[in-house]
Amino acid sequence: MSMVSVLAVDLPYWAQSLLRVLGGLVAVLLPAGTIVYVFLFKMMSFMQSRLGPMEAGPYGSMQLFAEVGKWLQKEDIYPERADKFIFKLAPLIVLASTFLLVAVVPFGPDAWFTNFEAGIFYALAVSSVSVLGILIAGWASANKYSLLGGLRAAGQLIAYELPMVLAVIGVVIQAGSMNLQDIVLSQNAGSIFGWDGLGNPYVLTQFVGFVVFMIAVQAELTQAPFDMPIAESELVSGYMTEYSGFRFLIFFIGEFATAGVFAMIASILFLGGWGVPFAWFGWTDMDSVDNWMNIVGPLILFTKMMLVVFVVMWVRFSYPRFREDQLQRFAWKVLIPISLVNIMVTAILKVAF
Amino acid sequence: MTMLTDRQQLSYIAAQAADARVNLELETEGMTLNIGPQHPATHGTLRIIARLDGEQVVWAEPSCGYMHRGYEKLTEVRTFPQVTALVNRIDWLGSFANEVPFILAAEKLMGIEAPARAQHIRTILFELSRIANVSLFLGDLGVQLGAITPVFMAFRDREYVLNLIEGATGGRFHPNFDRIGGLKDDLPAGWIDETRTVMKKLRRFCDEIEDLLFGNEIFQSRTRGIGVIPRDVAMQYGLSGANLRASGVDWDLRRDQSLPMAWNKADWKVWTHNDGDSFARCWVRLQEVRESTKIVDQLIETIPAGPVMTKVPRIIKVPEGEAWVATENPLGEMGYYVVSKGDLGPFRVKIRSASFNNMSITPWLLKGVYVPDIITILASLYFILGDIDR
Amino acid sequence: MGRAPNGEVFPLSATDTDSPVVVDDARNAVVARFSSVLGDAVVDSFVKPGDDVWIRVRADSWRRAGEVARELGFAYFDFLSAIDWMPSPFGRGEDDPTEPAPERDMTIRQGYAGGETRMQVLARVVDPTTSLGVNLKVDVADDAPVIDSWVSVYAGANWHEREAWEMFGIRFAGHPDLRNMYLPTDFEGHPLRKDFPLLARIVKPWPGIVDVEPMPGGGSDDEAGE
Repeated sequence: MSMVSVLAVDLPYWAQSLLRVLGGLVAVLLPAGTIVYVFLFKMMSFMQSRLGPMEAGPYGSMQLFAEVGKWLQKEDIYPERADKFIFKLAPLIVLASTFLLVAVVPFGPDAWFTNFEAGIFYALAVSSVSVLGILIAGWASANKYSLLGGLRAAGQLIAYELPMVLAVIGVVIQAGSMNLQDIVLSQNAGSIFGWDGLGNPYVLTQFVGFVVFMIAVQAELTQAPFDMPIAESELVSGYMTEYSGFRFLIFFIGEFATAGVFAMIASILFLGGWGVPFAWFGWTDMDSVDNWMNIVGPLILFTKMMLVVFVVMWVRFSYPRFREDQLQRFAWKVLIPISLVNIMVTAILKVAF
Repeated sequence: MTMLTDRQQLSYIAAQAADARVNLELETEGMTLNIGPQHPATHGTLRIIARLDGEQVVWAEPSCGYMHRGYEKLTEVRTFPQVTALVNRIDWLGSFANEVPFILAAEKLMGIEAPARAQHIRTILFELSRIANVSLFLGDLGVQLGAITPVFMAFRDREYVLNLIEGATGGRFHPNFDRIGGLKDDLPAGWIDETRTVMKKLRRFCDEIEDLLFGNEIFQSRTRGIGVIPRDVAMQYGLSGANLRASGVDWDLRRDQSLPMAWNKADWKVWTHNDGDSFARCWVRLQEVRESTKIVDQLIETIPAGPVMTKVPRIIKVPEGEAWVATENPLGEMGYYVVSKGDLGPFRVKIRSASFNNMSITPWLLKGVYVPDIITILASLYFILGDIDR
Repeated sequence: MGRAPNGEVFPLSATDTDSPVVVDDARNAVVARFSSVLGDAVVDSFVKPGDDVWIRVRADSWRRAGEVARELGFAYFDFLSAIDWMPSPFGRGEDDPTEPAPERDMTIRQGYAGGETRMQVLARVVDPTTSLGVNLKVDVADDAPVIDSWVSVYAGANWHEREAWEMFGIRFAGHPDLRNMYLPTDFEGHPLRKDFPLLARIVKPWPGIVDVEPMPGGGSDDEAGE
């Protein structure tokens, strides 16, 4: 892996794999933890004119560890009539899809786990795996509320896959490649009508695609206004109702980790990813990027991810939720036509310019 | 004021018809779902048994009684002043309002009237309990629909009102302040100035809620056209309060009855809406809170001087007779039918609570709605379990 | 003398004659209209001027009385319940269990608009345009407490009649689904009847027997209080 060559040390294969595993864990869990603390505990509380957790650690910073510890020490129970194997498997599937997704996210010019040619294709495909996890969680809980939540989730998540894919196609057309590194490169090395002070972040040219993608991400994460599957005031917790302790912790981490990873992908696709406009430093292509970018790149990506998650969470705390049929109608009748038109216009303009 | 357009109504009906066609074709078996008695959405221990066909309700039936405390039997072993403390707890969010009709009925049977100052202060506290009750409704409305932020604002601003009630009566939730013949005590010093400030804050809160919740497109699409109750059905079932006025019936017991209270000393308006859907009910309640703040503002400027209690015997024996008094409580029309035999306590008290009648319409109303709409309809009908179950 | 809420005075008893008697035209007209339509089904009536009106009808015309009320413009269904006029054999639940039970006067005296049976069904309907309400009473036979149901007249009577059945044991003929409202299905007895004791007082005697001091002044009625 090329990151290792950055360190100029020859590591044996097992050490490389260990490093990758650790890197993967950090890449998933660190954003999740930060999002939970900053947005869920603090931002939500401030928006609701209260302080949030303040006891555990200074300004409640240790609250997350306290909560993790609380969940870990709980009794591992499951419903009597639940299908035990499937019941235990469901949260792992949801979390597994997040880890699979982060494998393809580039953090720097040489800091990536894998560099597929069809990176974004793989990412979209693998993000659907969590739908399976949610569906079987709802079914295996032997609880009518969970079943309702699981079925609603299946319908919603499948419906909103399409706008997401279609929004991404616009970016792919403009970048000319499905490889995520190439997308980052074309944004940062590109220029807008000859002016390269900002690079060519696709959020400007693909603004419609960006909005559609953000809405689809909100729905894929089952956040309000698309949280029918969870719908706390009706279904208690939807497909998560029967889960407690460690399994609920996995769902919880999965929810926020997925939010972080989707936000990373959004910032890669639309905001320029780990990079800054190459013109600022006089770089021309990927190889000429300095090596310190491998350290700073992840930080930049992290910042952009936090911005995107800020918007997601802000909408979550403000809006009431859609009803299931309104949600579906919105996806099929509004978002998909808009994204199809976006693709057409992008293709025409790409050929014209 | 925006109304439900024909197009919106037609599109909702068309969606329902389309679903019904699909259901007929697929012929799936129904699923029976228990909503409650432990549930975040029901205001207490209410159980609704719903038979679902997919996401649509085929029939739904509330099963009440989880909170039945046997009030009417208890009143038969209490003395008249003791019933006041008991009756506070029927509608526990606007508790002062529960005492008033009973006290008025007892005073009617005794042939006495509270002095003008007491009537005035009673009315002010009555309206404050309405504000406390309905502002919680406004916050809770958001939670039922998924917007988790307004409820915190509601609780924050409701605290001011509860502090006021506590300052005057000594109890935030169960004041137990009304007495046969007047009130227990006079108002403390500085209370009137405090009330002025709080009413301004409450009006600002109403504007915030209107902005945040009522103006939201998702809220509107979740509540418009949902749970339409026509006028005559509402009257047959005895719906009261904002539920009735949202169906276009211009009837408010504060204005249309002459009771020894001070509502006719303030200049205020009765709000109605013609749609009869959930949005109308919520909207009418919002306007009523604003109107209540205006009533309180006017009344606190004109409290007459005088005693707060007339001369009543130390041991109160209410003469023989029957009396009915109903007032426009926060939840609707609450009335007491008091039968007295000249004893220390009542012979029979029939408590006519607003939520009982409001809930009785749900089997009729919930046919054919979606599961999320059940929650919307229940939220907009607004009941308190203590009021249904007594 | 009693003073009505709108300021008019009315006699509290038949012997209270030293005040002007007020005539309430609107309520008298209500009684007249009911009597003209129902004829002799209206057994008794009582008008409290400025206050309220009570009309007692015969048991076999109970549903007809409801229909007449709805036709006369009383479209709003307020409530339907029952009253058990028998004095409670347990008194006010304050009996000392160590003492023998005291003698109690068990004569049944009904209230306004009279009555001939122990239990009566009471319903109230209101005309929302004038805010005028009428209380309708009907006797329920002691041996077979059955009365017609009002569900076909006012749909809201459904739940009220279920509650009356559960609490008093009065059956409503024609009710689609007469079952318990609050109590479990297998509950025995009808709690609001006077001969059904308040179980809390049976389980544990009223603590006031030993705890409460006697009233000051020996219980004189006319002591003024603040």
